[in-house]
Amino acid sequence: MRLLTHNMLASNIKGVTNGFPLRIEVEKAIEKQVDFNPEFLKNMFTKIHWKALVDASRIMGFAELPEEADSSMLESDDFLRNFHHALLELHLEEGALVCPETGRRFPVNKGIPNMLLHEDEV
Amino acid sequence: MNFRTAQIRLVSSHPEVYEPCDDSFALVDALLADRTNLVQHQPTLCMEVGCGSGYVITSLALILGKESVGAHFIATDINPHAVRVTQETLEAHGVHAELISTDIALGLEQRLAGSVDVMVVNPPYVPTPEDEVGCEGIVSAWAGGENGRVVIDRILPIADNLLSEKGWLYMVTLAANNPIQICRTMREKGYASRIVLQRSTEEESLHIIKFWRDSDI
Ligand SMILES: C[S@@+](CC[C@H](N)C(=O)[O-])C[C@H]1O[C@@H](n2cnc3c(N)ncnc32)[C@H](O)[C@@H]1O
Repeated sequence: MRLLTHNMLASNIKGVTNGFPLRIEVEKAIEKQVDFNPEFLKNMFTKIHWKALVDASRIMGFAELPEEADSSMLESDDFLRNFHHALLELHLEEGALVCPETGRRFPVNKGIPNMLLHEDEV
Repeated sequence: MNFRTAQIRLVSSHPEVYEPCDDSFALVDALLADRTNLVQHQPTLCMEVGCGSGYVITSLALILGKESVGAHFIATDINPHAVRVTQETLEAHGVHAELISTDIALGLEQRLAGSVDVMVVNPPYVPTPEDEVGCEGIVSAWAGGENGRVVIDRILPIADNLLSEKGWLYMVTLAANNPIQICRTMREKGYASRIVLQRSTEEESLHIIKFWRDSDI
């Protein structure tokens, strides 16, 4: 699971009002190289919750993202490279995503998060 | 590797996962026929709901040309075996999609709203008794309840929420699902539609419908 996916996932348990961002529990993180595509990053930038990405990348052991970002930074190659790495190259392979409100764990196995709810959570 | 679509011999399988069938081939043929438009559309986010073996999302990724055009792919399935099989199928073709085991798009609806540029769905569309819908195992791959519409009718409003302003939805339906009525429902939400492919097999009459937002509606 890329951090892009983490940035797009929220806990949807019945009654939860603020299920984002999910807290990451890392058992195994890996890196996979992805072709650098500035256009894609520019298109994605406005959709990304920046603080969630910064915090998630730190938990995954990458601390190069600035605390705050605005679109003028997209001119900087360094910034884009770090954004690219955090968003697409860091993978949560084994671990869990934890609902910030209820503590419910959504397991991540072989890089795939399981967001399926039990009957009493729907 | 330079395939036009997913290769059957490279598609992974599992006893509880739907194998590519006439409906899967019809959907991929419709995407291939629309290839020029898809490439020009320059989608940023593409998504498949109910990816099964991964045949369709892998083909879509190949049609849009790996990562080079800058599209990102997401696929979901309610069957956890299916997402794993999809992962193997993607890897065998050297393409990537992010996979999530979930019910339609549960967990994604809040943050992904208004962001999906291309959505493809080959839903469980076969008319069956209601209690077969969503049950565990392979039956939920096709069981669509009354008129085969139970899952389709849950997917449509979610697709409407997830699709971007320029978003397109390609969906497989059966004559028994009443595709004209599905188009009417989507029209009420502001979508134009076209049946882009129609194919009758020995068992079923398949319609692939393409939907897009139309400000004149
Ligand atoms: C007809 S099969 C299509 C599989 C594959 N996309 C293809 O075309 O070969 C339908 C798929 O939808 C999945 N599915 C059924 N209900 C679902 C739901 N509520 N949410 C997500 N996926 C679902 C099934 O597990 C199955 O893999």
